[in-house]
Amino acid sequence: MLDADFFRRWMTVAAASVDREAGRLTALDSAIGDADHGSNLQRGFRAVAATLEQEAPDTPGAVLALSGKQLISTVGGASGPLYGTLLRRTGKALGDAAEVDTGQLAEALRAGVEGVMALGGAAPGDKTMLDALVPAVDALGDGFAAARAAAEAGAEATTPLRARKGRASYLGERSIGHQDPGATSSALLIAALEEAAGTAEG
Amino acid sequence: MGDDGKQVGIVLVSHSADVAAAVAELARGLAGGAAAVPVAAAGGTEGGGLGTSAEMIAAAAASVDRGAGVAVLTDLGSAVLTMKALLAEGDELPPGTRLVDAPFVEGAVAAVVTASAGGDLDAVQAAAAEAYDYRKV
Repeated sequence: MLDADFFRRWMTVAAASVDREAGRLTALDSAIGDADHGSNLQRGFRAVAATLEQEAPDTPGAVLALSGKQLISTVGGASGPLYGTLLRRTGKALGDAAEVDTGQLAEALRAGVEGVMALGGAAPGDKTMLDALVPAVDALGDGFAAARAAAEAGAEATTPLRARKGRASYLGERSIGHQDPGATSSALLIAALEEAAGTAEG
Repeated sequence: MGDDGKQVGIVLVSHSADVAAAVAELARGLAGGAAAVPVAAAGGTEGGGLGTSAEMIAAAAASVDRGAGVAVLTDLGSAVLTMKALLAEGDELPPGTRLVDAPFVEGAVAAVVTASAGGDLDAVQAAAAEAYDYRKV
């Protein structure tokens, strides 16, 4: 079972991954965006880690709701409301339970991903974070490692796509040939799930 | 204006602090110096960079809320998404806050003129949205 500690660990690991990969995310974003994805997410996830340390919410739902709120208020770019909505909506779907199982998490994450689709109006194949998140949620029933592999494959598969949403869509054909920064950071977030679970087992 | 004479508040959200402040000034000026209309700009990030700040939007909305609702106009991208995320999930905005679908500059002028003439939130929203219909060629 996954408790509030697991979800706090998930966010802490995600913050560390974003810190580590911020340069790569920004480099990807400088090819087809405005070169701020890494630094924006870094600011957001650092704020998340700091808030979780201070406030110590005691249910999985509360951890994600607080993290999402923090991302919306601190990121400053489109990834803030998008990731913020993902986490808030997922947290809301988890309700007040003290512990949840992987199936419940998969179901809640699906609600979160649907929230992202509703907010941004994007669909899989549009070269966005959804191209990593949707396959990850589909694979989560087979475990965290499967979800991670699906997210990473999904992110890599955005390279030949033409962007149809967000700032990169202004580039049209020129967005082809670059891996999407949002899908790449989404794969980091999903990979952090596996790492958080691994820390617990080991 | 609501039935009780309260004025609709207007919030202008842009990626740029300069753009938000200048559009607010322009709208007030074209509304005949409607000093009485509560208009607030929420532009850029707290650090003074380009972007959107949820906290500045919430503070701006609270500052113009007179109890008759708040109409929020945004430019693009994260400004739109941040407003939608705040409306969908949060409790940060005053009750009766709406994202108005309108062109930023023309919509802001129409919104402020309508609010200064005593229009309620529906009227302000309709006037701002109608600005999409003014073709230039």
